[in-house]
Amino acid sequence: MDEDTPLLDELEKGPWPSYVKEIKRMAKKNKAAKDLLGIQELSYKDRVTHWKHGGIVGVTGYGSGVIGRYCDVPEKFPDAAAFHTMRVNHPAGWFYSTKSLRQLCDIWEQYGSGMTNMHGSTGDAILLGTTTDNLQPCFDSLTEAGFDLGGSGSALRTIAGCVGQARCEWSNFDTLKLVYDLTMEFQDEIHRPRWPYKFKIKASGCPNDCVAAIARADFTIIGTWRDTLRIDQNAVRNYVDNGFDIKTLVVDRCPSEALEWDEKNKELKLQADDCVRCMHCINKMTKAIRPGVEGGATILIGGKAPIIKGAYLSWVLVPFMKIEPPYDEIKDLLRKIWDWWDENGRTRERLAELIERIGLKNFLKEMGIPPVPQMVYKPRANPYVYF
Amino acid sequence: MGRTDIGPPDYREMLPDAIKMNYGKWKYHENVRAGVLKHVSETGDEVYTVRVGSPRLVSIDFIRDLCDIADKYCDGHLRFTSRSNIEFITDNKSNVNGIIEEAAKLGLPAGGTGNSISNIIHTQGWIHCHSAATDASGLVKAIMDEMYEYFTSMKLPAFVRIAVACCINMCGAVHCSDLAIVGVHRKPPKVDNEKVLAQCEIPTTIQSCPTGAIRRNPDPNIKSVVVREDLCMYCANCFTVCPAMPLADAEGDGVAIYVGGKVSNARKPPMFSRMVVPFLPNTPPRWTEVVDVLKKIVEIYAGSAKKYERMGEWIERIGWEKFFRLTEIPFTDQHIDDFTHAVETYRTTTQFKW
Repeated sequence: MDEDTPLLDELEKGPWPSYVKEIKRMAKKNKAAKDLLGIQELSYKDRVTHWKHGGIVGVTGYGSGVIGRYCDVPEKFPDAAAFHTMRVNHPAGWFYSTKSLRQLCDIWEQYGSGMTNMHGSTGDAILLGTTTDNLQPCFDSLTEAGFDLGGSGSALRTIAGCVGQARCEWSNFDTLKLVYDLTMEFQDEIHRPRWPYKFKIKASGCPNDCVAAIARADFTIIGTWRDTLRIDQNAVRNYVDNGFDIKTLVVDRCPSEALEWDEKNKELKLQADDCVRCMHCINKMTKAIRPGVEGGATILIGGKAPIIKGAYLSWVLVPFMKIEPPYDEIKDLLRKIWDWWDENGRTRERLAELIERIGLKNFLKEMGIPPVPQMVYKPRANPYVYF
Repeated sequence: MGRTDIGPPDYREMLPDAIKMNYGKWKYHENVRAGVLKHVSETGDEVYTVRVGSPRLVSIDFIRDLCDIADKYCDGHLRFTSRSNIEFITDNKSNVNGIIEEAAKLGLPAGGTGNSISNIIHTQGWIHCHSAATDASGLVKAIMDEMYEYFTSMKLPAFVRIAVACCINMCGAVHCSDLAIVGVHRKPPKVDNEKVLAQCEIPTTIQSCPTGAIRRNPDPNIKSVVVREDLCMYCANCFTVCPAMPLADAEGDGVAIYVGGKVSNARKPPMFSRMVVPFLPNTPPRWTEVVDVLKKIVEIYAGSAKKYERMGEWIERIGWEKFFRLTEIPFTDQHIDDFTHAVETYRTTTQFKW
């Protein structure tokens, strides 16, 4: 292999930590990492990718979790000719003990390129680059250490959630517990692709939606509350006394004009009925305002990126649901949606595209969910109704 | 053969003690400084989090370095964020500086909290993907080198979320980011008839095209397909189902830039990012033109937006017409939507600015 990488060397410069340094670090002791560097340099020279479609590779019993990948110039880079990826399902919230992380590193030192993504955007720990022969022994070692593979292909993808109640005061339900519970319940759906296309579930504990559930999950769970904001008037006064411009920065920015600042009595007044629980005032006055105590979540469906029929943000399906173990309501709803989608969906048709094709009205009927105004911004304007 | 379907490790075994003891009891938090959060529990306990940046594509020795810091200061635990940052959590305030210093020795900056530019969500690019129209890791490195001061400070009006997808499949789901960079092809697939016969299902390939541009080859002796090039919008969905139809092309490929998306419900509802630059060529290793446009947008936003106003909220307030004027980005016919939800974007009022 040509050791000269003038283009990539440029990316060792500059203040942001360099992935090129990381590949070079590994290349010193791993041949596949060394060839990865060469392939990347060649792409920088040619301005095209040098990877081919994956073949069908995997581990026994699974159809998911391994992405097959081959280099299109194997004669130049024999040690990265096959460079498959293993998706390792992360522990909910991406918390790790150093013991478990070191185990993961040792396994990948033995069986792979030593390069990883911590993490891929779906949430998995990505082990980047190994041979077909190493897949099964690597997988066996992973399960020995308590890890398992995540989803890929037309399967349920690894479920992800925000940090939640582990370290956030705004989480309206226990995101980690829910993510872990659903992940354990749906192992079969994660590991054995059987659907028209991928299906994603993501859970955010509050409407700030730190895991972007509304944009990229077919089944979106976003925490909210049924009762009203909790306001600590003394803490509010503290903000104001310290020069915080509550009128401009909070009251005037309230999207539903639910707040009023009573300058005379130094009191923040809330029209509880007008509040849409957007989080703005809570975000800006963390010590003074908190979500209500009657926590739960809004269930939305259909979020996805553009391919094929365009991007969708998830639509409201259930405005409020209590999210408590054993989570039967969510599990039943998921199974019902999957059955219907599996029955009616075309190849590579995501849930939102199917619902748009068949109509939200018909979908609701199939699900047995009564329509409510919270599902739409506004009712229809045209007269073409199927009675 | 080993076990199957055991699932991921139980998160409860991965939590540091300080988190376990205050789980679900958190009262409030403060942004102490860039990269440092303080969470206070109902019990009175305080926990400090040091957040540092990461290149995301890292070696196992990098992870071991992180573990060394966590063993020394954080009870043998650490976490990663949804934006690939690393978080070191400690209940001992005096550990904070030590963590920051040791991370700095590894070249990892503290930051990405509050009104900052946090780490970039991105895809694999030329590192691992067959359908990439641009690289991701290198483009991200080039952008973050320029945005570094915004990662290590909290001086922007609101946080700015950046995401990179190396093709329009967008496995990184970048379409609701303040700034999104998307790899695009501009040339139709090149059909390899022999490979089509060997590797592809012709009906599936025809059905995969959202614009109906793919037909059976009219010559009955050729078991393959043809592409009506005037109908192709280079989505590469056919290439995904049929490897014999690659679109990658050094001259045709490059990136588009989208702005103003968000996922948070705070103030305005979530919104999509909108195209502002239809195409810039790939110029590795530093993508200077792309980085310059992004930097300019961020600087104009920083100088013009109201406090706490996200990029998309700022643009809605000043109007797209003013956005294009301020940024001096030309508005072209490519900006006018002609796909599935196009008419929703056509203006139906006399209200506009100059």
